[in-house]
Amino acid sequence: MKKNKSLLLLLTLVLAVGTLLAACGSNGGNGATNSDAANGGNNTATDSGNSGEEKLAADQTLRINLSAEPPTFDPGQAQDSQANTVLNLMYDGLTRMDESGQSVPAAAESWDIDGAKYTFHLRKDAVWSNGDPVTANDFVFAWERVLNPKTTPAPPYSYQLYYIKNAEEYNKEKVTDFSQVGVKAVDDHTLEVELVAPTPYFLGLTSFYTLFPVHQSVKDDAKWAVDQSKMIVNGEFTLTSWIKGQTIELTKNENYWDKDNIKLSKINMSLVNSSATELASYQNGELDRAGHPNGEIPTDQIPILKDQLKDELQIKGIASTYYYEFNVTAKPFDNAKIRKAFSMAIDRQAIVDNVTLGGQVSAFGFVPPGIKGLEDEFRTENKDDYFTENVEEAKKLLEEGMKEAGYTTLPEITLIYNSSEAHKKIALAVADMWKKNLGVDVQTENQEWAVFLGNRQSGNYQVARAGWTADYNDPMTFMDMWVTDGGNNDAFFSNAEYDKLIQEAKGEEDLAKRQENFKKAEQILIGDEQVLMPIYYYTNVSATKPYLKGVQLDFSGAVDYSRAYLTEQ
Amino acid sequence: MDTNPMKVMPSPADLRPEDFRKIGTDEKEAEVIQRESISAWRDAWQRLRENKLAMTALVILILVVLAAWIAPWLVGKIYGYNYYSNDLLNTNKGPSAAHWFGTDDLGRDMFIRTWMGARISLIVGLAAACIDLLIGVIYGGIMGYFGGRVDEIMNKFSEILYSIPYLLVTILLLVVLEPSLGTIILALTITGWINMSWIVRGEIMQLKNREFVLASRSMGAGSGRLLFRHLLPNAVGPIIVTVTLSVPNAIFSEAFLSFLGLGVQAPIASLGSMINDALTGWLYYPWRMLFPAILISLIMLAFNVFGDGLRDALDPKLKK
Amino acid sequence: MVRYVANKFFYMLVSLFILISATFFLMKAIPGDPFTSEKKVPAAIQERLYEQYGLDKPVYQQYFKYLGDVVQGDFGISMKMINQDVSKIISQTFSASLKLGLVAIVVAVVVGVLLGMLASLYHRKLIDNAAMVLAVLGIAVPSFVVASLLQYVFASKLHWLPTMGFKGPLYYVLPVAALTAQPIAFIARLTRSSMLEVLHADYIKTAKAKGLGWMAILSRHVIRNGIMPVITYMGPMTANIVTGSVVIEQIFGIGGIGKQFVQAISGRDYPIIMGITIFYGILLMLARFITDIAYVFVDPRIKLTKGKEG
Repeated sequence: MKKNKSLLLLLTLVLAVGTLLAACGSNGGNGATNSDAANGGNNTATDSGNSGEEKLAADQTLRINLSAEPPTFDPGQAQDSQANTVLNLMYDGLTRMDESGQSVPAAAESWDIDGAKYTFHLRKDAVWSNGDPVTANDFVFAWERVLNPKTTPAPPYSYQLYYIKNAEEYNKEKVTDFSQVGVKAVDDHTLEVELVAPTPYFLGLTSFYTLFPVHQSVKDDAKWAVDQSKMIVNGEFTLTSWIKGQTIELTKNENYWDKDNIKLSKINMSLVNSSATELASYQNGELDRAGHPNGEIPTDQIPILKDQLKDELQIKGIASTYYYEFNVTAKPFDNAKIRKAFSMAIDRQAIVDNVTLGGQVSAFGFVPPGIKGLEDEFRTENKDDYFTENVEEAKKLLEEGMKEAGYTTLPEITLIYNSSEAHKKIALAVADMWKKNLGVDVQTENQEWAVFLGNRQSGNYQVARAGWTADYNDPMTFMDMWVTDGGNNDAFFSNAEYDKLIQEAKGEEDLAKRQENFKKAEQILIGDEQVLMPIYYYTNVSATKPYLKGVQLDFSGAVDYSRAYLTEQ
Repeated sequence: MDTNPMKVMPSPADLRPEDFRKIGTDEKEAEVIQRESISAWRDAWQRLRENKLAMTALVILILVVLAAWIAPWLVGKIYGYNYYSNDLLNTNKGPSAAHWFGTDDLGRDMFIRTWMGARISLIVGLAAACIDLLIGVIYGGIMGYFGGRVDEIMNKFSEILYSIPYLLVTILLLVVLEPSLGTIILALTITGWINMSWIVRGEIMQLKNREFVLASRSMGAGSGRLLFRHLLPNAVGPIIVTVTLSVPNAIFSEAFLSFLGLGVQAPIASLGSMINDALTGWLYYPWRMLFPAILISLIMLAFNVFGDGLRDALDPKLKK
Repeated sequence: MVRYVANKFFYMLVSLFILISATFFLMKAIPGDPFTSEKKVPAAIQERLYEQYGLDKPVYQQYFKYLGDVVQGDFGISMKMINQDVSKIISQTFSASLKLGLVAIVVAVVVGVLLGMLASLYHRKLIDNAAMVLAVLGIAVPSFVVASLLQYVFASKLHWLPTMGFKGPLYYVLPVAALTAQPIAFIARLTRSSMLEVLHADYIKTAKAKGLGWMAILSRHVIRNGIMPVITYMGPMTANIVTGSVVIEQIFGIGGIGKQFVQAISGRDYPIIMGITIFYGILLMLARFITDIAYVFVDPRIKLTKGKEG
């Protein structure tokens, strides 16, 4: 009996040891982590400062992570930042955005602008990945496809083309003949675009994915973007492997017109949506870059990473604003004084320094830094001094406001936010400040994303968390959303003066006067009415290995890896 | 001489009443039980009391429960902290005399929060486990006992309920009902009892063809008596193991809901949600994870050890 | 037997129908739709999208259309992942979960049963205590903590194993370990508890008295009866593990079906929600079905009865 029992024990032991050995085997042999280190995943951080002479690494494989899988590789259908990263690598628009936010030639060699009329001269050596030349007709085809009311599913970003003459009408079936829409291929290499009105930021939009060309073979084939073998692209890289939910692999396009300036041979993207895991694998040498815009560095770790990673950690302001919006039709925030009191009673610097920790900038306006003004940035030319933080003043305003509205005590207030660690922390910090500084108890309630959006968009809230990112580099992308009945005007704000200022700015050719209108409108929005309570201007926090060079970030925080390269260390 | 006693025995025919005499007690006296009768539960309690490990676990559980209700109040009185007030100048500070368990990412005292979290976790875990037990045992018992068509239909119903995506139900509940602790408990129990019912069903199916059930049945025992006096007590082992596991399961499920942003509403926290919050930075602020994790493990450990003790004490088959 | 199976199969179809109906209406009752987004698309485009996906019709019509499609084996296309087939998404993401899950199930059952048996055979001895401490730890520590700890120790510190991904055998080790911690503990406890019961049963004593060898007793009586509860647990466990653990998939970056499902629910991607639910339902019912059959083989006392009393 005893002998047999020991037999069982032995069996268990053997199993256990076997597992252990298997685990150890990976250490001695060609463990995945070790082989991955081949192209420089070495953990010892080298100083990136002294880059006198750069030697390219032999293996030019870039490894990055996308925290969400792009829902599509069809530029006409895309609408998220992950797709943006990938599509920018696979397609070449008329122009590209360089580091400083200037439009530089891409598929178009040069262009002439005459008021509302743009003429793009396409380069003659540009070809698709199958060798076909890229022509002006490809652009017309792609734009027609986006605007065509019969395209299935309806491209959500078709309104990005509404600047073009008759585009909106065609999209809404008021014009049925596409030849009336202001886009035309004069010849194979000349594209003529006529806009509704002069639009200073239209050139910048031509580097946006909705305006990318599409190969005409996709006609009548709705599922082309699902099948990598059917994907014909004109950009720097082609899609060579896509394992759903696991990895996306891009390989250099040898037919690309500027292939000599493309040094990366492969880009491997993993699809992990845990920020802690992403950072761990970056530190483990399995990724070359982590953090924004495709992932996130966990807030808690930023202060420590500043010491640990030093120059590898980058913080860069981007053109987005984090704010709380008041429902101006709901009690008690239908009173401007009460809104002001709430906005003045918090300490933004304390939130930025101790809660968000990512070097964000306290916000007192709505248009963030990074958005172009006349000569410089809009924010530099127009200071955001619409109000100041002042607890005493806030208390007084609250009292006055309550008197005006006839309250002896405030109604119950709930602040809603969508579930996320970061939003939760900010909401708790703000509610705590309101309690301490104004003596007002505010409930905080997190809601599931779609539920939250539903409540906010239908006005079923009092005060809600919000954020807005630039669609293009102009104050308009922030200002026109607050017009009466604007699609994204979730505060239900309505002000005739404001509407007039924005309407004027839309057709205004005098840029200085246009700028003046924005300034006045912002004064109404924030200074007079305090429809929303700005908290901070966003930053991108990311970590880049010192041997990875040439990664470009634009004003909105979008990333461009196409000209990146890896150096020998 | 003949010493064979048989020989002296008179033949029955010769017996007379005088030949008999009383030995020992009266018949009637013999019927009286001298030792006090011990009910199954008292018997179990006695055996449980002898199990030192289980009793230690019970004491720990009682202490944790007491601390969860008293500690926040007491420390609040002495230090003037509460579980929700922020102190942004003292975020992520390690344990000290002022903050025994350190502070969290908003500078809140971790000691108070940990015990408050324990309170919430205990409420969630115990409430969910009790409901699971109640529904699961009755449902599973009926399924297993009656078998046949009843079993088939009830089993199908639980299977369907089990296969309806739990998240859909939870989100719907949280949207339709006020987001509160009660809603979360409801969301946890709506499918939580099914596992218990299956365990019970399996046990009963196995037991009901045994000899003692047959014996009882042939002596005229009704269904209710059979089920509650014979079958369920014999299935108590697996039931208790399942219950002691359904407490941590409920506590962890709540943590999972927090992981998806559907857990208890901040600033209220549960142990699970605190660990979850601490997870991304635990390398640098270990105390934020350590204290709630130790407490949650302690609670689990105590539940399990106590559960084992209870099982040994209750199980009639393990009687010496 | 054939009748039994046919009967079960019929019930499965009925259950499936109820499951589809319940989930469909439940799903539609939740606020939001696939086209809810922070930057609202113009109303005209939104309406066109509703029309193209049939969301403009009354819910009951959508329901009947869906039922019709499913009967013909058409699960439709995703509303979020543009033009991607639901069945293809399920098969691709499920393959990862299945591979991981099968390994995890084998590990959990083998290790769990062995631990439990050892513990019961050495009742109240060191091995028993050690095994139970292990089991309790497995239950007492949340899986996301286990996963993070494993990741930190074996990937970040020791560099033995990769942090994330799913590209080869090595990538299985950590997720499987994290995934099985709890089932192992559960199985070990169940096995131990029921083995103890069996070891004290009269028929074991009889068998011993008959002079049956220890190995024979174990294999013929103890193990067979001792793992009964494990089999009960196997059904739900298999379904649970194979359908993917969201937490594990998230932490180790494995594109499994669990992650996909949560994503679909939060995105209100109706065809995917339905597709995965049906898929889950079938899996679960099959698992239960097999469990029931397994009972019959393991425990001859359970009779396959139909109707009346058993």
